[in-house]
Amino acid sequence: MKRKRGSLALNAPYLLWCVIFILVPLAMVVYYAFRDRSGNWTLQNFAELVDTPEHLDNLVRVFGISLAYAGAATLICLLLAYPLAYYMAHTKPSTQRNLMMLITVPMWMNFLICTYSWISILGNEHGLLNTLLEQLGLHKLHILNTPGAIILGMVYNYLPFMILPIYSVLAKLEPSLVEAAQDLGATNAEVLRKVTLPLSLPGVAAGVTMVFVPSVSTFYISKKMGGNKTMLIGDWIESMFLQANNYQSGAALSLILMLLVVLSMMIMRRFSDSENGALVVS
Amino acid sequence: MHKKIRIFSPLYAALLLGFLYLPMAVLLLFSFNSSNNLFEFKGFSLHWYAELLRNKAAQTALWHTIVLALSAATASVVIGTIAAVGMDRMRRKWLKSATLSVTNLPMMNPEIVTGISMMLLFVFAAQAFNTKGLFGLEPLGFHTMFLAHTTFCLPYVVLSVSPKLRQIDPHMVEAAQDLGCSPLRAFLRVMLPNIATGIASAFLLALTISLDDFVVSNFVSHSYQTLPIYIYSQTKKRVRPDMYALSTLIFAAIFLLLILSNVLQASAEKRRMPDKKQREKQ
Repeated sequence: MKRKRGSLALNAPYLLWCVIFILVPLAMVVYYAFRDRSGNWTLQNFAELVDTPEHLDNLVRVFGISLAYAGAATLICLLLAYPLAYYMAHTKPSTQRNLMMLITVPMWMNFLICTYSWISILGNEHGLLNTLLEQLGLHKLHILNTPGAIILGMVYNYLPFMILPIYSVLAKLEPSLVEAAQDLGATNAEVLRKVTLPLSLPGVAAGVTMVFVPSVSTFYISKKMGGNKTMLIGDWIESMFLQANNYQSGAALSLILMLLVVLSMMIMRRFSDSENGALVVS
Repeated sequence: MHKKIRIFSPLYAALLLGFLYLPMAVLLLFSFNSSNNLFEFKGFSLHWYAELLRNKAAQTALWHTIVLALSAATASVVIGTIAAVGMDRMRRKWLKSATLSVTNLPMMNPEIVTGISMMLLFVFAAQAFNTKGLFGLEPLGFHTMFLAHTTFCLPYVVLSVSPKLRQIDPHMVEAAQDLGCSPLRAFLRVMLPNIATGIASAFLLALTISLDDFVVSNFVSHSYQTLPIYIYSQTKKRVRPDMYALSTLIFAAIFLLLILSNVLQASAEKRRMPDKKQREKQ
């Protein structure tokens, strides 16, 4: 009896904190999303997103673009990160430690200023890259303020979040499994495809989540790298809250974003789980 | 084939690291620029470092950032450690897993959603209590920043302290209590020393997350400007290179700290290595 009460006393403050600062705020989002400005329950905030063809068009475009850019950035991160993580996991420990450090440092730098400095590099008129290309007698590139620049910004900012989880899974991978496959006659390509890759899927899943979620909800990167021309979901939500002061519509949009993220994570999890399950069974 | 991989892999790692460090190299270069041109290097000068010393707004923002990070990290470590101990003792499985899921919510949710949900809570609370009157607080300010930062640091604290708790033999605490320790004394003398490393790394993690946070702060800061918020307001216009100077200094500080910790870690491992080898011989 006494022990139970002790456990309650220990847990109560934290549970209270969680309720007030995690659950209630999320309930607030739902509350605002279904309320109009005079405080009545309504579906208006969702209806106005789809009521005219233009509104519907806009909604589909913004969400489509956000998903497409975030998806592309995630895929590029995965393709870039996997070989590096693989290499890291197979070098000597001191190199591993140094590479880890070199990859962590950019994560600790302020991402606003680093993204901003890409403008100096990519600037369409006087950017460092174009100045260099000009001096080499080559054509100038038009990268800044294009979709490519936004995706580049996402890849740049979130690449370490893909490298680290994949690396940590690969580094813990039992070498005897690889040796066993080789002893049984698997070629290097087969070992990679049938042993290493499936076993590293949990790391891939973690990396994909850690890149996709912030990418799909970003508002700063699109603003700076896209030159205010492209609106992503994050830009839309931010402007609703901080410029338009329209909390109701902003909350409705946030709710849709949340559902979208939960949905894509569920798809992700199913995908990685079933692959793992298949491996264990067969 | 293998030889080729051995040559190409470090090259590939170097290329990716080059990509990650390119913007920082640009920051570094232009922080020493004698003009405020962000595209062309006109000549070496320490002008912008001197400007930084005169920039009161940036210094205030830096001071705010440090005060906030220290207080939020301290609060989250205290609350999070108590929570971890409490959760470790939870008997009911469903309650434990429910608490864990709620704890992880801010980590899974897109940051922008966490930000706006907190903003809605604080704005709603300010309206409901019709304050400025309550404690004479502005609706958004240091207190809301502190609450928000503490909240999103909490899951990281719980996640780094919990594994350490699971490693402790529960009989040790019981033994201490049987030998006449009060529960508090048993916690301080037996448990705390065993989870100290977890708490220390949790504190550092919370510190770095709070120092770097922009997205959530953007929605709950208002009058209390931290460095990321200040930099954001700068990037809306045109960034002055003294921000580059500040970033260069921060970069240097992070790099030195990491090198130091790396060297310490390496020497600690070396000290452990000899007796490991001896053991292997026997």
